[in-house]
Amino acid sequence: MATFAAASAKPMAVIDNSQLSLCQKKFDGLRVGYAFAKRKSSSSLKVKSVSRINMALATDVSRFEGVTMAPPDPILGVSEAFKADTNDLKLNLGVGAYRTEDLQPYVLNVVKKAENMMLEKGENKEYLPIEGLAAFNKATVELLLGADNDATKQGRVATVQGLSGTGSLRLAAAFIQRYFPGVQVLISSPTWGNHKNIFNDAGVPWSEYRYYDPKTVGLDFEGMIADIKAAPSGSFVLLHGCAHNPTGIDPTPEQWEKIADVIQEKDLTAFFDVAYQGFASGSLDEDASSVRLFVARGMEVFVAQSYSKNLGLYAERIGAINVVCSSSDAAIRVKSQLKRLARPMYSNPPVHGAQIVANVVGNPTLFDEWKSEMELMSGRIKGVRQRLYDNLSAKDKTGKDWSFVLRQIGMFSFTGLNKAQSENMSNKWHIYMTKDGRISLAGLSLSKCEYLADAIVDSYYNVS
Amino acid sequence: MAMAMAMSRSNAGRGIRLMSTSGWWKAVEPAPKDPILGVTEAFLADTDPNKVNVGVGAYRDDQGKPVVLQSVREAERRILGKENMEYLPMGGSVKMVEESIKLAYGENADVLKDKRVAAVQALSGTGACRLFAEFQKRFRPESQIYIPVPTWANHHNIWRDANVPQRTFHYYHPETRGLDFASLMDDVKNAPNGSFFLLHACAHNPTGVDPTEEQWKEISYQFKVKNHYPFFDMAYQGFASGDTDRDAKAIRIFLEDGHQIACAQSFAKNMGLYGQRVGCLSVICDDAKQAVAVKSQLQQIARPMYSNPPVHGALLVYSILSDPDLKALWHKEVKVMADRIIGMREALRGNLENLGSPLSWNHVTDQIGMFCYSGMTPEQVDRLTSEFHIYLTRNGRISMAGVTTGNVEYLANAIHEVTKSSEKELKAGAV
Repeated sequence: MATFAAASAKPMAVIDNSQLSLCQKKFDGLRVGYAFAKRKSSSSLKVKSVSRINMALATDVSRFEGVTMAPPDPILGVSEAFKADTNDLKLNLGVGAYRTEDLQPYVLNVVKKAENMMLEKGENKEYLPIEGLAAFNKATVELLLGADNDATKQGRVATVQGLSGTGSLRLAAAFIQRYFPGVQVLISSPTWGNHKNIFNDAGVPWSEYRYYDPKTVGLDFEGMIADIKAAPSGSFVLLHGCAHNPTGIDPTPEQWEKIADVIQEKDLTAFFDVAYQGFASGSLDEDASSVRLFVARGMEVFVAQSYSKNLGLYAERIGAINVVCSSSDAAIRVKSQLKRLARPMYSNPPVHGAQIVANVVGNPTLFDEWKSEMELMSGRIKGVRQRLYDNLSAKDKTGKDWSFVLRQIGMFSFTGLNKAQSENMSNKWHIYMTKDGRISLAGLSLSKCEYLADAIVDSYYNVS
Repeated sequence: MAMAMAMSRSNAGRGIRLMSTSGWWKAVEPAPKDPILGVTEAFLADTDPNKVNVGVGAYRDDQGKPVVLQSVREAERRILGKENMEYLPMGGSVKMVEESIKLAYGENADVLKDKRVAAVQALSGTGACRLFAEFQKRFRPESQIYIPVPTWANHHNIWRDANVPQRTFHYYHPETRGLDFASLMDDVKNAPNGSFFLLHACAHNPTGVDPTEEQWKEISYQFKVKNHYPFFDMAYQGFASGDTDRDAKAIRIFLEDGHQIACAQSFAKNMGLYGQRVGCLSVICDDAKQAVAVKSQLQQIARPMYSNPPVHGALLVYSILSDPDLKALWHKEVKVMADRIIGMREALRGNLENLGSPLSWNHVTDQIGMFCYSGMTPEQVDRLTSEFHIYLTRNGRISMAGVTTGNVEYLANAIHEVTKSSEKELKAGAV
């Protein structure tokens, strides 16, 4: 497996156990695969009496005999475990999909209106161009960089519609592998679980920079800066634009400036994953400020966007990869190569989600209504954080400072619980979360905060 | 350049070195235009009133307009506002996948009853092929893929980007504009045992040349002898003959003969769901347990590519296939599309013959599906475009879906113009 071999030639730093067992399983499959190719034909014979084939031929045992069961996805697997639990008190704080206070999925009003408009218009279903819906691409860049952005006006941004955040990241990763083979991407420790899979499958080596400080349940800023400074020149640095997943811990504006300084000094390239624009603070502009800071400095950046959370379009798979280049000529060339990577992956992206976004953003009434709905969603999360914090402070008699719950931002909170403690949450309390201690506040209602607080306090102090 | 310098000046105080304009992207060449999709781009840019697009394979009605099937519109009405937008599982819509494999393998297929089919929703045909190519690379890393000559151009891109080495096998016979069956069988026999072969289940793209039922049976037999692995790309089920079972005949033959196949299905053409990107990849396994394992590994490949597939198109497919009335309506509509194409084939051939073309145009009606491999050279194609504003791919592939009663004469005239001297050239070259 050429690309994978190239990637593993540079040892990957810090592969956690689940990743290791995954690699192991992959290689197990490969070894058995080789063995299969050399084995003798099966001794069992099947005589086909009905078919025209009158010979007794050896039964084919599948050539995928060696395919082992893949481990459950750590994040999506949580929902599956939750579904299987029959206890009344169960709570799903696993996957980051927004829920209302009644813990129901939420389809935004603007989305319903947009879909009605689309049905009435009766659009055809023709292939989109490889780069996606033009109206969507225009809208998405404006949202990200602001309507009057110089980079856009100068034609310096290469934008390709992608399959939500994952697909956009994958296109960028494939591009990096092709044009910067062997160059590393630095990812935060911890980061969204699928980041590593994406770079692994794309054949891009990665290493980690310090990010989460368990002692403060906050940002290890000095460690982060030191690790970024130490990276080989030309490396890519994957940054979460806002609402870091899984920790909920974001750099302050001053810290962002410093991060930009270091990246410029060391000749690195920033690669932003923006999955929560508008969802974190409630303001589209505020949540994009880190990206805009870098772009205003004239830096070249990659930015992957997703509309899964902020427009609730999870299953429609709508997002974009943007590459801000220092010249429009470069942007044209980069875009053409991104397309060339997309074509053998899926040819052209799905139209439905793109049309929804374009209709919402392109209609001033709907756009304003969308902003209100985003404020509502982020407001509910902030409310839940406050209630949880109040409950934790009340229940925990040791005087431990739980205020990080308030300082963290976005859908997720890193509770500081370890693997065993997280398992206790599921086993004893029927509360489902990922093993890294991450809870999704989007799945929490005010009424359940007390129960959750009890569970957290119990797990934190009584399980090690 | 000026902007970069201005920024340098403004940042000089910080002592920060900016990347030069040529910096990171110097090595990035402009990509060549996609041969197929690039044709449509050129067509759209042309302002000539007589222009004709017989390039990309998207169905058009007799007015040259894109079509949204009634069954699809009805399905859309039904699903509006009904579903939430929650993530599908990594393997996509289970309900849609079940209907999809019933369509491919037959409702009463043993492999379905025995739960031996590992199947996942995929991003149309392209996505299904890519999932399989990645799966093949991961679990049979020493293997190669045998691809017919010619084939849909993107097949080469897909297996190349999945890092699976490619070989070719004979398929199209230029002299007869038909199937080079003898060479095909030779290649099948000469390939090492256990080779992977890409087969077009029906309506071969770009040639429109399909093996007969008898020929499929022989191919299947030889595959058994050689223990080859058949991967079917089925992008036109129903669209070729108008009958979904008939178009899946090759697959059914292989199933009867006990092959364990894989199949990429697309609903882009037969349901007109092009832009929705809905398809299915299925892999037949030894038993139910293995099918679960294989499916889990396919999901593992999908997760870092796009996490989970888009829901809208899947709901449309499921709505149509699971409702007897909608399904019946759909079958009718597919037949209408297929019949119109067959009618246009007859018209095109008729026109060319009436014009007194020195060449044989039997292949226009012998071939099946959306495409006609005309046999024209790239130079002749270029003339069609530059002189007559007719757009097609340079391999001479005509998308019959773009032919209408309104343009078939114009098209025939143009083709006649650029090919009538071919005989002269042939004569001149003949010894």
